Amino acid sequence: MTALALQLELLTTHYNYYAVMLLLGIGLYTLVESPNLLKKVIGMNIFQTGIFLFFVTLAYRTGGNPPIVTDGGGPYVSPLPHVLILTAIVVGVSLTAVALALIVRIYSEYGTLDEERLEELYYD
Amino acid sequence: MIEHIPVLLVVLPVLGAAIPLIVSLYSDRGGWSIAAVTMLAHATLAGLLVPEVWTGGVVSYAVGGFALPYGIELVVDGLSLAVVTLISIISLGVLVYARHAGPHENTFYSQFLLLVTGLTGMTVTGDVFNLYVFLEITGLAAYGLVASGRRVSAAVAALKYLIIGTVGASLYLLGVGYALATTGTLNMADMSTKLAAVGYDSTLVLTAFGLMVGGLTVKVALFPLHTWQPDAYANAPDSVSAFISALVSTVSAYALARLLFSVFTVDFLTAVPAARWALLVLASVSIVAGSALAVSQSNVQRMLAYSSVSQFGLVIAGFTIATPIAVLGATVHLIGHAVMKGGLFAASGIIERKTGATTVSGYAGMAGRTPFVAGAFALLALAMVGVPPAIGFVGKWYIVLGAVEAGLWPVVVVLLASTLLTLAYFARLVERLYFAEPTIHDEPAVADGGAEADESPASSDHRSDGGGAVSTGMIAVVVAAAVLAVVLTGAVPLLDQLLDQTLPPLLQ
Repeated sequence: MTALALQLELLTTHYNYYAVMLLLGIGLYTLVESPNLLKKVIGMNIFQTGIFLFFVTLAYRTGGNPPIVTDGGGPYVSPLPHVLILTAIVVGVSLTAVALALIVRIYSEYGTLDEERLEELYYD
Repeated sequence: MIEHIPVLLVVLPVLGAAIPLIVSLYSDRGGWSIAAVTMLAHATLAGLLVPEVWTGGVVSYAVGGFALPYGIELVVDGLSLAVVTLISIISLGVLVYARHAGPHENTFYSQFLLLVTGLTGMTVTGDVFNLYVFLEITGLAAYGLVASGRRVSAAVAALKYLIIGTVGASLYLLGVGYALATTGTLNMADMSTKLAAVGYDSTLVLTAFGLMVGGLTVKVALFPLHTWQPDAYANAPDSVSAFISALVSTVSAYALARLLFSVFTVDFLTAVPAARWALLVLASVSIVAGSALAVSQSNVQRMLAYSSVSQFGLVIAGFTIATPIAVLGATVHLIGHAVMKGGLFAASGIIERKTGATTVSGYAGMAGRTPFVAGAFALLALAMVGVPPAIGFVGKWYIVLGAVEAGLWPVVVVLLASTLLTLAYFARLVERLYFAEPTIHDEPAVADGGAEADESPASSDHRSDGGGAVSTGMIAVVVAAAVLAVVLTGAVPLLDQLLDQTLPPLLQ
């Protein structure tokens, strides 16, 4: 197979990575651009989901079996990234919980979640 | 028993963090005693490790007995032991301060111990993913602690800190993904040999480096990524700002050094000059911009926060130069900065409680009202500028020597200029403290009450956790920090000896 054909094949088969890039992009854009604090947290979650998908995709190998050693038949997909991401999801949930708790407190005090309005109130 | 110390250093504060919450079922006090006992045990464990590391060099521990490099490894060498000891001592100091200054809730002490867990974990871990987990534990505890300030603006500051901090940690995690894809391992030592085998100019390796280091610089708060820091430090309760300003960025900078030397190694920095220059430029910009922003602040605590941006530029520059003398200097300054900045924040907290002064102009003539604290503040400020024989001088001196040795003249200029810039913002403050007439305009309540007016408006609206009064313990902590800032200079040869076994293998 020529180098060009190999590159073409990489581009057409690794569509999971497109999804990763899309999620990272959407997440980061929402996080930076949205003036609404709640939407920022949603953006943060989408960004993290992109990373989770990246890890899980890394573990995949074509024709790999689930990593349960019963019949002795390899090759297996790597179980390690799944375990890592299980941990990272727990971290993500805790972060979201803390962020939402803070948002509840901010809203009950200021009555707004708009970043620019808050900035005005904040420096009073 | 002794071989389990590395893991006990992490497990002990986690268990300790659970107890105040259980105690809350019966009583809403008692958190302080539990935290104090836990931290004393933590300090003892760290102390027990000193002879081990002194003679043996490195203590390695396989968590759960899983074979290395597949299991999680904890590593204590000279560098990490120095940082663990620092964590123990500063935490004990902050506890003495918080005894009176508060917050007094049990939940505060749970979060406090969780933060210690995260910091210690980041310091002793030898696994890049484990580092991410501890980074997030540190982050979560720090966000909660910042939000425990009485004002609601503390919640806004904490949320800002949370969002920026999470992006930093997520970038680090993404970098770990690239490194894992390249090497198939997470163990730092194993990863460093495999990275060398893959070749340092591989795009994957470079991407991993950029993302991991970039993510950590957010946590260290180098210049363009520092925006969370001033709000977080200025809005947190006094005890918390003293604690996190002394330790959170410090341990992140240590993690960055660990990544540079134990994972990517000095060979990588030599093979990829662009990476070294990128870090040096980032550090230099941070030094200059941090100082410039500090000069322009009117709020003292925000000024101290921007000063951290500048000082961590120095530390990272020292680590990036990566000659033994520069790394020694960076380590000395890392530890010295923690003591000095923690002390300065604690002192500014006391001055605010006693006099209500929070701004540079408000500090005018306050030396007469709080002689001990003002003296300690001035001493710490001068130590931070780098007046010999204080610890701040030794660290900067070694970093400059390292830069001269490496022939990095532009960096030498920035490093020397940083001393002048530090002087620019601290001299202004010390001059106000001692040589200016007290101003009345920004603290009306003080005019009639004098030193007895502990409950001035500025302190009663959000800083009244401890009733506004100041205890002897709080003053003792600040004075101890000031004394330590000078006495630590004498301990530099000991640190040098401790690092003597650690650094050469890392820096060859």
